Formats: sequence, structure tokens, C-alpha cells
Amino acid sequence: MTRTSPWWTDGDETIALVSEDGERIPHPELDTMITDLTIDDLRGLYRDMAVVRRIDTEATALQRQGELGLWAPLLGQEAAQVGSARALRTDDFVFSSYREHAVAHLRGAKPVELLRMCRGTAHSGWDPLEIRMAPMQIIIGAQTLHAVGYGMGIRNQESDDVAVTYFGDGATSQGSVSEAMVFAASFNLPVLFFCQNNQYAISEPVGLQSRAPLAQRALGFGIPAIRIDGNDVLAALAATRFALAHIREHGAPVFIEAITYRMGPHTTSDDPSRYRPEQELEDWRTRDPLLRLERLLAAADESTGLRDLADSESDEIARVLREECLALSDPDPEEIFAHVYSTEHRVIDRQRSFLSAYLGMFEEEGS
Amino acid sequence: MTVATMRSALNAGLRRALSEDGDVVLIGEDIGRLGGVFRVTDGLQDEFGPRRVVDAPLAEGAIVGTAIGLAYRGFRPVVEIQFDGFIYPAMDQIVTQLAKLHYRTRGQVRFPVTIRMPFGGGVGAVEHHSESPEAYFAHTPGLRVVTCATPQDAYDMLRQSISDDDPVIFLEPKRRYHTRGELDESVSGRVLHPLHEGRVLRAGSDVTLVVYGALVQTALDAAEAAAAEGVSLEVIDLRSLSPVDDRLIEDSVVRTGRLVVAHEAPLQGGVGASIVAAVTDRCFEFLEAPPTIIAGFDTPYPPAKLERHYVPDLDRILDGVDRVLGRPHAGVEKP
Ligand SMILES: Cc1ncc(C[n+]2csc(CCOP(=O)(O)OP(=O)(O)O)c2C)c(N)n1
Repeated sequence: MTRTSPWWTDGDETIALVSEDGERIPHPELDTMITDLTIDDLRGLYRDMAVVRRIDTEATALQRQGELGLWAPLLGQEAAQVGSARALRTDDFVFSSYREHAVAHLRGAKPVELLRMCRGTAHSGWDPLEIRMAPMQIIIGAQTLHAVGYGMGIRNQESDDVAVTYFGDGATSQGSVSEAMVFAASFNLPVLFFCQNNQYAISEPVGLQSRAPLAQRALGFGIPAIRIDGNDVLAALAATRFALAHIREHGAPVFIEAITYRMGPHTTSDDPSRYRPEQELEDWRTRDPLLRLERLLAAADESTGLRDLADSESDEIARVLREECLALSDPDPEEIFAHVYSTEHRVIDRQRSFLSAYLGMFEEEGS
Repeated sequence: MTVATMRSALNAGLRRALSEDGDVVLIGEDIGRLGGVFRVTDGLQDEFGPRRVVDAPLAEGAIVGTAIGLAYRGFRPVVEIQFDGFIYPAMDQIVTQLAKLHYRTRGQVRFPVTIRMPFGGGVGAVEHHSESPEAYFAHTPGLRVVTCATPQDAYDMLRQSISDDDPVIFLEPKRRYHTRGELDESVSGRVLHPLHEGRVLRAGSDVTLVVYGALVQTALDAAEAAAAEGVSLEVIDLRSLSPVDDRLIEDSVVRTGRLVVAHEAPLQGGVGASIVAAVTDRCFEFLEAPPTIIAGFDTPYPPAKLERHYVPDLDRILDGVDRVLGRPHAGVEKP
């Protein structure tokens, strides 16, 4: 059955614009959001997904080789992230968690900036104001409130940009996320809540966080919601465009739940075999986001050279990523004290002098 | 007597508490099927079922609030907070509720809630995974705050904390989870060291060195190194951060005349500061030198590649020892 409206009604329908077999599924309203897409654009979306998958694989490898302390793989979530991020305007502002490497990449973060935090050389990778994306957030749910405040600022300045916040299914249990929805709804703020329901919060299945579909939760706060197949990049792109258009027009929040699957471990420290049946992963492999778009293009006879092209671009980005990662040297000990405050601070000054005198003692000994 | 890691000693302590007392309930994120991200609760859900070893939805405030409700109903909840940096969403429930409810109810209701969490740095982690938040809790009346440094203490102190009728913040030094030591799980014939008392781990005559958690081993190593240079350090494992065993420290300082306190937590308003204040107040005439504190700096915990300069190590502790002995040293690490 085809839904006539993208807004959540009831039941547990999930909107897909491309079936698992790569067949185009019509949708009266979301289709209007992507009429401009050419074959080249579709091939571009494929390339985006292939590139971020390659960045992710390379980073995982770097972690395994001891070059990164940790990595949170996005494997399996490429469509949700690429589709949504490609719908954003450059002046929108993103508040994400720690797995949105594709979003950061498409916002313009340099490969090495994606790795800096996990390399342990700084607490954040990129300049938030330059790419209009806050640093990765580790505290679950905290960033959703920041999006609300940013949205309040947008409203006060009567601008039509949007604050976009990404978070996981687990995060929806945090008080902060509920509070963010209360504020966004109450003040009618231009905030897009983008929930990637990847089925797990570390070992905990989404059923532990919510008995009802997560999109329904938004309705309880008075926020319209769309539930999409998050492994369908077209659905992600169209739904996000639809939501953003609504938000820009009405200045009111929207919630998107993208149903997807974390195909890798939670992080490189995690062992999913302890809690996840192998068969489940196998089932989701057949819904691989890249495969689906490739099938759509193949059906239109437009998939020739698709993988080769994506591979050659990915190879180059992966090479740069690795090179820049290895070149990221340890920061100077002085960095410990840099930026604790924006102005002079007596305690910091004394402790900085102490450390420098202390380290100096070893140099004297050594010389 | 066996040899065990601290992690497995904690696991054994929880298993024993669960089997001895049907009112003990464990609640936390990923503690069931996964066995916790550090595997401290490994196997316990299989053994005791999902009502007694509860995987909680992802909300620390709700976990502690729920533990309070369980306590009203007569249970003895043991909460696991996944990492030190994730305790803050629960601070409201801890500070305004858990710590004060016994007082508020004029002793009519007991709140025997134990909150376990890994703490401290040195493991190369990303932000929020290496913090030492003990001072917030030690500053909060109504909470007991303890930490262990050996597998045996981990086992004993965890069981003592769970059977204590007050809320206990139980800090586990995460970089020692895999440290091995002797473990005696027998109960009979073994007199347990009181939970709120510290312990002299190495007797010495020149300087009193007070530490806790992961720095205990560092301090023992420092004492060994100092001994090689003819300096005799008395090492005290504080174990309880609230209340602090001030008598043990004072008895020592009266003999040595010199005090160094070391912790990873920042200096200002820290546990070391209140120990030094108390010693200065009560033992002033016995002091041969101003006491000193070796601490983490008053900055956020730095990125992993810088943590070796942040966390006090053997050399930093010995620099403090040099200072109280009036030998050449790096400087005054004071606010
Ligand atoms: C406040 C807080 N509590 C606990 C954690 C530990 N933790 C890190 S990720 C995670 C699961 C998050 O799941 P979800 O929100 O679904 O996002 P996903 O990792 O699946 O992308 C947990 C419990 C944390 N980072 N912050």
C-alpha cells in the first residue's frame, strides 16, 4: 500500500522509495522532493556512500593497527547519513553524536579531522563554526538540547536555517532527549530530530528502550514524525528535504526515524557476538544500502563502472586518511592547559609553569 | 585462596551478594547479556535472571531514581554506571534525593543503594571515560565514598558496601581491573577490615604518603624507589574517601612529620585538600614541612596522548617527596 502522507499516522509502516530488490516504489508526496535527481546524482549518492564506507573501514583498520584508540563504525548506516546530510543547506547547523562520520565528511570535515579525537590528540576534530557541525558528542542525548537552543536563536533572528540533531535509538531514553522535544514543541522551534534507529544501544535491543515505534514518541510531544527505511538513500534524502521544507515554512520541529542497522560492532572495543545472533546480521546484509542503490541503477542500465569509479575515489581518500593520520603527532604538553579558559587564569598559569619546570628537570638530567 | 583479577573479584563479590541476599538487585546499562562493558557482571544475569540483574534503558538519572524506589520497597539495589563521565545525568537523583532521604525521613527509611563505577584515567580513552569525580560525592553529606586497590579489597569492600545501610559510591580503579592479586572468598575466620578505615600498606619513618585507587600501586613502587635512595615512605591506602580515616593519617604524620597526598582528580576542592587542611589543623606542631598534594591539573581531563603528563606517576610523587624533604624539586604545584 502506498502512503499518501509522509507524516506518521499509526501502524508500523516505514516509507521506502526503493525496494530491497532495487525497484522504485512510488510515494505521492516524497516523490515530489526528488524530481530533480538525475542519474548522475544517483551515481553521486552511490559514490558518497562508497567513500564513507571506505573511510570507515580504513579507520577501523587504523584502530586495529594501534593508530587510533577507538572507532565507532558506521557500517550499514551510510544511506541514512548520506541521504539526510545531502538534503541539508550549508547554513544549517548539525548537532550529532559520535557515529555520524558520513555527515561530518559531507559537511566538509577533512579526512584527518574525522580521526583526531580517536587518535587521542584532541577532544574534537574540526572547526564547528566552519563546517557548521558541533564536535562529536559522547554524552548520550546531550546534543539534542543544544539543537533546541540553536533553533531558538534562529527563530529569534527570523532566519530560515535549521538546527539538525542526530541521535540513536538508545538516546531516546535519556531525559535530555525528551526535554529537547518538549522545548522544541513548546517554543515551536526549527529543529530536525533525526533518529537513526540502528536496532542496538551497545548490547541493548531497541525493544528495551521503547515498546512503541520511536516515531510515535514524537507525536506525544506534538511533533510530527516520519518513519523511513533508513537503508534507502532516496527515502532518507526525500524525507529530510520534506521535513526541512516544512520546518523552514512553519518554523516548527519535525522528527524522522530512520530504520537501519549497525552492521559492525558498537565500537572497536565491542564484541557483538555476545548479544547479537549471526543470522540477524546476515538478514540485514541483504538490505545493504549500497547494494540497493546499485540494483536501482542496474535496473535502469546505469550501473556500468559504478563500483570501479567509487573504488578509485575511495582508494585516494583512504590513502590521504591514512597518511594524515600517521602524520598526526602527539601534542605538546602545554596543550593540557590551552583553552581551559578564554582569558588568563592564575591557577592554570601556575600549573603550566609547574609542568614546564618539572619536565625541564628531566631534560637537565638527560643533558 | 586463589589468584584473581580485580574484575573477577568484583564479579565474585556481586555473585556472593546476590546469592546471600534475595533483596540484592543489580541495575545498569549493558550489565545483563553483555556482562557490562568491563565484564564485571559477566554471567550474573544467566545465573540470577533478568529481574535481579537488570539491563536498564539508557538513562542514568532514571537508573538511580529507580534504585531509590526499590530501596523504599525494601530492596538493596546495586547500580552500575558504565563510566565515570556518565554519572552526571544522575547527579540530581544522587545529590537531592539519595544522599538526603535518610535525613529527610528522620531515619525512618533506609537507602542501602550502592553505586559502582569505574573511575580514573591511564587507559587511552576518549573524553568522559577517564574522570575522577570523587570530590563531588565526598562533598555531598549523606554519601559514603569508597574505593579499592586490590582484588581482595574489591571483593570485601563491595560486599560491605552492599550490606551497608547507607548509600555508598563505590569507585573501581579501571586501569587496575586486570591487576592480579590473592583472593580469599571464605567468610568464616576472616575478620574484615572496617569499610571506613584506611590501611598502612608499607610502614615507613620519613614521609607519610596517602593515596587511593589506581595510585596505590604507583605509591608502593615509589616507596620502593625511595627506599633505594635511603628514604623511608609510609604508604597509606585511604580506601574510604568519606569519611576519611583521619586518625590513621594523623598517627602516621605525628611519627613522620611529613605528608604527601596524591590523587588523579584535580587539585582544587579535592580530597587531598581536605586531608591537608585537617592535618594542618590537628598536627601542626608535629609537621617538619608543609604538606603537599600531587594531583591531576585543574583542567578537563586531556586527550589520551597527553594523559601521561596529567596523571601523577612515580616521578611526580617522588618530586612531592623531595619537596617535603627540602630537596631540589620542580616547584610548587598549588593553585
Ligand atoms: C550519558 C551516557 N551514558 C552512557 C554512555 C555509554 N554509551 C555510549 S554509546 C551507548 C549506546 C548508545 O546507543 P544509541 O543511542 O542507540 O546510539 P548508537 O551507538 O547505536 O549509534 C552507551 C550506553 C554514554 N556515552 N553517555
